[in-house]
Amino acid sequence: MQDDAAQNQTLLGADELVLNMGPQHPSTHGVLRVKLKLDGERVRGTECVIGYLHRGVEKIAENRSYQQFAPYVDRMDYVAAVSNGLGYCEAVEKLLNVEAPPRAKVIRTIMTELQRIASHLIWLGTHALDIGALTPLFYCLREREEILKIFEKYCGARLTTHAFRIGGLQYEAYDSFEKDVERFCKDFERRIQEYVDLLTGNSIWIGRTRNVGVLSAEECIALGASGPVLRASGVKWDLRKAQPYAAYDQYKFEIPVGTNGDTYDRYMVRMEEMRQSRLICLQAIENIPAGPIMGKVGKVLKPPAGEIYHSIEAPKGILGYYIVSDGTTQPYRVRIRPPSFINLQALDKMARGHLVADVVAIIGTLDIVLGEVDR
Amino acid sequence: MLDKVIFFFFAGVAILSAGLMVTRRNAIHSAVFLITTLLATAGIFLQLRAEFIFIAQIILYVGGIMVLFVFVIMLVRLDVALHQIQFSRQKWVALLVTLALALEVGVMLWSSRKVPGQGFLLPNAVPAGKLPPNTEALAGRLFDAYLLPFEIASVLLLVAMVGAVVMAKKRT
Amino acid sequence: MSPTLQAVLAFVQTWWVELVSGVVIVAVVPLVAGYIVLMERKLMADMQARLGPMRVGPHGLLQPIADAVKLLIKEDIIPDNADKVVFWIAPVVSMTAALTSMGAIAFGPAFQVARDINVGLLFVIGVSSLGIFGIVLGGWASNSHYSIMGALRSTAQLVSYETAAGLALVSGLLLAGTLKIRAIVDAQQHFGVWFVFLAPVAFFIYVVASIAETNRAPFDLPEAESELVAGYMTEYSGFRWALYFLGEYANMIVVGAVATTLFLGGWLRPFPNVRWMNWLDALPALFTAAVGAYCVYRAGKQPVRVQTWFMWGVALACFVVALILAVPLLVAPLKFLVPGLHGAFWFLLKISAYIYLFMWLRFTLPRYRFDQLMHLGWYILIPLAIVNVLAVGVAMILEMEYGWNRWLAMLLTTVITLATALFLLRLNDKRAAAASSAAPPPEEPSTEDSYAG
Repeated sequence: MQDDAAQNQTLLGADELVLNMGPQHPSTHGVLRVKLKLDGERVRGTECVIGYLHRGVEKIAENRSYQQFAPYVDRMDYVAAVSNGLGYCEAVEKLLNVEAPPRAKVIRTIMTELQRIASHLIWLGTHALDIGALTPLFYCLREREEILKIFEKYCGARLTTHAFRIGGLQYEAYDSFEKDVERFCKDFERRIQEYVDLLTGNSIWIGRTRNVGVLSAEECIALGASGPVLRASGVKWDLRKAQPYAAYDQYKFEIPVGTNGDTYDRYMVRMEEMRQSRLICLQAIENIPAGPIMGKVGKVLKPPAGEIYHSIEAPKGILGYYIVSDGTTQPYRVRIRPPSFINLQALDKMARGHLVADVVAIIGTLDIVLGEVDR
Repeated sequence: MLDKVIFFFFAGVAILSAGLMVTRRNAIHSAVFLITTLLATAGIFLQLRAEFIFIAQIILYVGGIMVLFVFVIMLVRLDVALHQIQFSRQKWVALLVTLALALEVGVMLWSSRKVPGQGFLLPNAVPAGKLPPNTEALAGRLFDAYLLPFEIASVLLLVAMVGAVVMAKKRT
Repeated sequence: MSPTLQAVLAFVQTWWVELVSGVVIVAVVPLVAGYIVLMERKLMADMQARLGPMRVGPHGLLQPIADAVKLLIKEDIIPDNADKVVFWIAPVVSMTAALTSMGAIAFGPAFQVARDINVGLLFVIGVSSLGIFGIVLGGWASNSHYSIMGALRSTAQLVSYETAAGLALVSGLLLAGTLKIRAIVDAQQHFGVWFVFLAPVAFFIYVVASIAETNRAPFDLPEAESELVAGYMTEYSGFRWALYFLGEYANMIVVGAVATTLFLGGWLRPFPNVRWMNWLDALPALFTAAVGAYCVYRAGKQPVRVQTWFMWGVALACFVVALILAVPLLVAPLKFLVPGLHGAFWFLLKISAYIYLFMWLRFTLPRYRFDQLMHLGWYILIPLAIVNVLAVGVAMILEMEYGWNRWLAMLLTTVITLATALFLLRLNDKRAAAASSAAPPPEEPSTEDSYAG
């Protein structure tokens, strides 16, 4: 934090107040600790202290075989475990130079989009709760429950699913999979209107989010922010369109973008993304190709020596896996580019000059998950 | 009898907490004792059947001014204030003034004793039912006999308010 | 017999009704507050597609008692660097202020403690405003940043909104022409209309300001959970915390009672002077009987026998209350009991409706930010309240001096006030737009003082 003298001057020459927000705080979404430098209630600087949830995920990867490591990535962004798994599996597939069969790809797409909706629902609920609206959280959890039920029926787990395998899928879609997804999607259109009724036009909500935590497109790019945070600033960059993976090139969908790059725009972008994900799911279940679900992958994975980087559009932004193989059964090095960690860098830029209450809104709008920030 | 008990109770509380208010080193404690003093004074007003003044005292002094006092004190760094000398060094002047004041009060009490029909310290209270409604009486006075001073006072307060706003705005 | 004893006896003889009601208030209000909490949780659960407390007693009916026991036996933690004495007394101040102010409230024509206090309404709002000291001192004594920020917010908020609330009350008091609680209700009977219909803007301002005064959402910034953890209560635990909580809910009852008394016709039933509406007198008894009947209906559907019995018990209680409410209506010699009993029923019903409104808003709206709260208070509510006082005064003069129709005068002035409100809102929007378009660059310290005022 570089502060010049003028910036250190507070109103009335009072002392700066250093407020420790977290790691035990209702709205730091886990164990984030933010040191706030305050003048009254105005924020003059922030400093994030992270690492309270560090588990050394990347180091663990070096001592596990490729398949053994797959469940670990679910524990990074634990509200979007399926997306993490997709990224990892596709990265290793790329390294092995195999491809998942079409049926597996489509089911992966459906699952990932459902996960995107679930992740955004958690974001919406907690974000609204941070801003003081109690009720949306419970509505969001009600819908998320339906998604989790689908996950549970599919692979037996709800949160850390380990749904995909390297090379395809282990489980065939269960009998009423399409029907369940369709029912959820049909229902969800009506549900999303409930959130819109509660929040979108509410003048308090607008007052709390408009012009709060503004990030311009240049700033976003300079900070490396991605996902809805980037798109809300008007940059139309979505890896699902830009570098299609899984089965995304088969479906029609829009990439919502914002204009102001403020909290309200990020809210609108994520709301629209949920609608688009719903449309993708509806398109995908129309026509799930028949065929095998597992590609030609051996029991013991021994990728050729080399390195690979593969990234996907996770709910929170670009999730990248950089894997170096030395030709053995265990990766030589795995580096993960977590979207939350990089988006969190924008906090200081966004929060300066705002009030404490806005910091809470900004942490909420960045949609961070500490499991992913700390890994 | 009851009146006397109530009076002495409130008077005792008022004097005791006034003394504590002056002697406390901690500014918040002083403020708390000042609140107690003001409340006890309000109690005496009530005992005198002056309900309106009683409630005005509570709303204005306790509920208004003291809240702002405490508000300001909270913003002050108390650890600094604790080490500062809080008593004025003009002890002898203070003593003289206090003595003069005590003498005055004493003379007044002494002379009031001689007024016929009045008890020492405490005039015989008129039964509450026989008093005119307090609020109306006060309003009648203010808007009738003392209209001009009342208006002047309001204008003064308005001026003070505008002045405060101007001063606050100037800084920005 | 010693003279002291005689004096005490005489005192008790004259004041026994007041003493008993005082004891009843102190004993009953905490219980009622507990059940308001339960009601709030149940309503919130209902609106959020959940069930709420279901475990303790049928449908969680004994939850408040369990909560109270839990809070009583909980460890009482005092932070190391806290100012112990102030930390001790702060919650007590909060609670005492709320309970004392209830003394002057008339819960129906027959239930009032300080019955002929001359400044009734002023007493209620004045004493209940002392509760702020509990908040401020508690926040300061905790020696925690969150607490003191909560306390600061609270002070600024209460001082601001009390002004608006006071001015709104003045509008109503102009109509009533008195401060005595009983006389205010009598005036509404005399006018034949609740004052809410004569001064709707004043009522609206009072509703908003009273929500802010009781620190309820969307103005619950002093204890905004997501920002300040629990504001001034952060360091409190156990029964001290419960005292704060009770004080807060008791305050809700107080503001509800003030609004009911001044604007909603106190203990008068709807259309108090309309003869052909007299059948409304039977409503209290019918209502409670209906609740009892519903309990009987539900009793058969309870999963556990204990719950069935409990429901039967509740039903029985309802029927007894219905009987108590009905008998004086039917039996001529007991007719004198009707106003007291039915008045209390209507009064409590109106307070409940008022509190329900509070809860409904809490579950629906997000929270204001502190500067927005201050702007709303100072730029909109207070000017509007001042205009409204003037407008009501003008309307009364038009009616009394120039013989205008009362409704016409009130309608005209209300329209004028509403136009002012629109004007103020647009002005505020413009100001907000100007402020946000010139949003302070982070390098330049903003000089706007969010505690100004």
